[in-house]
Amino acid sequence: MNPTAGIARVAARPERVGLGVMFALAIGAVALGAKWVSGPASAVVAVFMLVAVIGLIWVALVGGLETRRTLAPYGLLKPGILWLSLFFLAPLWSMVVMSLSSKESRFDFFPSFSWEWDNYRIALTDFRPQFLRSFGYAGVATLLTILIGFPLAYVIAFRGGKYRNILLGLVVIPFFTSYLIRTLAWGNILADEGPVVSIIDNLGLTGVLESLNIMDNGKLLNTPAAVIGGLTYNFLPFMVLPIYVSLEKIDARLVDAAMDLYSSATAAFRKIVVPLALPGIFAGSLLVFIPAAGDFVNAQFLGNPQTTMIGNSIQDQFLRQLNYPVASAMSFVLMFIITIAVLIYTKFMGTEDLA
Amino acid sequence: MSGEEGHGVNGAASAVAGDVIQLDQVRKQYGSFVAVDNADFSIGRGEFFAMLGPSGCGKTTTLKMIAGFEQPSSGRVLLEGVDVSSVPPYKRNVNTVFQQYALFPHMTVADNIAFGPRSKKIADAEIKKRVGDMLDVVRLSEFANRRPSQLSGGQQQRVALARALVNYPSALLLDEPLAALDLKLREAMQIELKRIQREVEITFVFVTHDQGEALTMSDRIAVMSQGVVEQIGSATDIYKRPQSLFVAGFIGSANLLPAVVVQGDSNGAAFDFWGGGRITVKSDHVNADVALTAGEQVTVMLRPEHLHVSGTQPSGESLSATVTDIVFQGASVRIVAQLSNGTEVTALVGGDADLPFLRPDSTIWLSWNPDAPFVLDGWPSVAGATTTNVDSVEASL
Repeated sequence: MNPTAGIARVAARPERVGLGVMFALAIGAVALGAKWVSGPASAVVAVFMLVAVIGLIWVALVGGLETRRTLAPYGLLKPGILWLSLFFLAPLWSMVVMSLSSKESRFDFFPSFSWEWDNYRIALTDFRPQFLRSFGYAGVATLLTILIGFPLAYVIAFRGGKYRNILLGLVVIPFFTSYLIRTLAWGNILADEGPVVSIIDNLGLTGVLESLNIMDNGKLLNTPAAVIGGLTYNFLPFMVLPIYVSLEKIDARLVDAAMDLYSSATAAFRKIVVPLALPGIFAGSLLVFIPAAGDFVNAQFLGNPQTTMIGNSIQDQFLRQLNYPVASAMSFVLMFIITIAVLIYTKFMGTEDLA
Repeated sequence: MSGEEGHGVNGAASAVAGDVIQLDQVRKQYGSFVAVDNADFSIGRGEFFAMLGPSGCGKTTTLKMIAGFEQPSSGRVLLEGVDVSSVPPYKRNVNTVFQQYALFPHMTVADNIAFGPRSKKIADAEIKKRVGDMLDVVRLSEFANRRPSQLSGGQQQRVALARALVNYPSALLLDEPLAALDLKLREAMQIELKRIQREVEITFVFVTHDQGEALTMSDRIAVMSQGVVEQIGSATDIYKRPQSLFVAGFIGSANLLPAVVVQGDSNGAAFDFWGGGRITVKSDHVNADVALTAGEQVTVMLRPEHLHVSGTQPSGESLSATVTDIVFQGASVRIVAQLSNGTEVTALVGGDADLPFLRPDSTIWLSWNPDAPFVLDGWPSVAGATTTNVDSVEASL
């Protein structure tokens, strides 16, 4: 075969070369990471990946300017592809396999693959309350972050003036402390001897809050309200920042225009500001709801055994029961439900045409 | 020129029919800064009224007080004879076309236009009809379902117009409406605005810093400077008979020559130019506030296009000058020359004029018709010509 003709043919379709190399790298990394191959075979795979990378560089070097321009993005993608393949796709694959494996005995730490769909049945039936609770808590927390975050973002965006950046900084400052510490601190604040409960007691509001199911037996800590409060507190910045970004882009003259066109300030807010802030609310909701649904820290430190969320159960199955197959199945169910929920949400709230 | 003049007079006359907007000694102050000082004028029904001035002169603040976005510190704003000084914008029957249009990006063109009528809770069928009519007027019917971002600048401008006009306001307020458009489109939109105004017969109050725009479109112009209304009049009025040095220098280009009164009475007056030369002017070409006592400081305004250039000394009054610059501008030739005392003077002659004697450093004589000079009180702070957008003024007069 004439090598020059071969090079010419390859160089004519550089984007195929790029795609092919990316695919080869991804497959190779997953094969190594998920242990599809072992021993000498893994050396072969590694060499194969190296050849692919060198091939890409070689095609870019022999090809013209146009070829290099086409291949540049693939070149830049390489680290990302390798990273995600090794540390996301490969573990994901292992989890798929694990979720369909069965344990010989309670102390079998290397379950074998056996199309064990029963794991999913267990995940969906035995842990249904935890799933429902997780989505319920995450949903309420998302709503609360909107209710608290929107006015906050609004004031910063429209009334912040020169203090805007400082105020935004204050919103983010809790992140300077570890998530765990913040949540533990909430435990102290809500504790029976803590300041919040004593203020409520002194105001005589305990009864009211108990009737609202916020307090339980005079306690604030270890109630569903505490867990939801913790989630709301911890994820609030994820709501404030995107809403701020979309509010900040709104031209104040639009509000003037609405008022000029016979809308009162309230009507102008409803008809102009809120619709234009929807992309931010949408993005914020995803950023809050998704991690909140899988969270286990708040339920563990602020809740009680009746408030366990699915994250706690998965953690428990993985680390305490060492029941990897069921834990994997639960993780997949969680991922699946969140994906579906997000797709539905996007369908109804999708705002890409706002651009 | 005569056509525009006739129009100006007619516009001013029809304004008598009834005043839509009245400003009664309106003053607006921010802290110690006076943005608008004692604005006191009325705008008539169906009038095309311009507020003209450099940025920061208070024209936009005045417009905002009419719209209701600002409240006067003292004085009253009357709309159709009713004091609206403290009425919020959404309860005033005036609508604004904003500088960058401020179209609602999340609504279609039709929804943008329907916004006002919907806020007023007008019946759907009526809204539909009005929006359709308005789209016809601004010639955007086929764009009804587009988003503002899908329209060109000129189209957005027309949507903004339609959105305001659909409410049949007592007056339409336009805040630098053409500033964001390029030159060609701006000229087309000037004609378009004028056409629409004739079609809807609504009072237009128009804020601009572009004198060409103001002179082209307006029935009357209020020239403002540093919060003060310097002069209100038709385009020809403020061009030919400016009442202050600011107006004389700001509108068109003018040679403002410092002079002193020699003697004068109701039959006419004579002045000596600062640095030599004498000029005689009819008394109706002297501004009312000029005191005709000998030695009084005055300024003689000579428009560049009113200066005749010759190589030999003409028989009548003239000034000799040394040519410093000759600029060929196509339709005209601009000649910059220096009087003996160093004052710079600009003359504008036809591009086809045969002036063989004209070359740099040659001596020329500048003469004028007796009708041309106009005399104002006081000396200009900077002697010599103030040159602005000569061609646009030329074209519009």
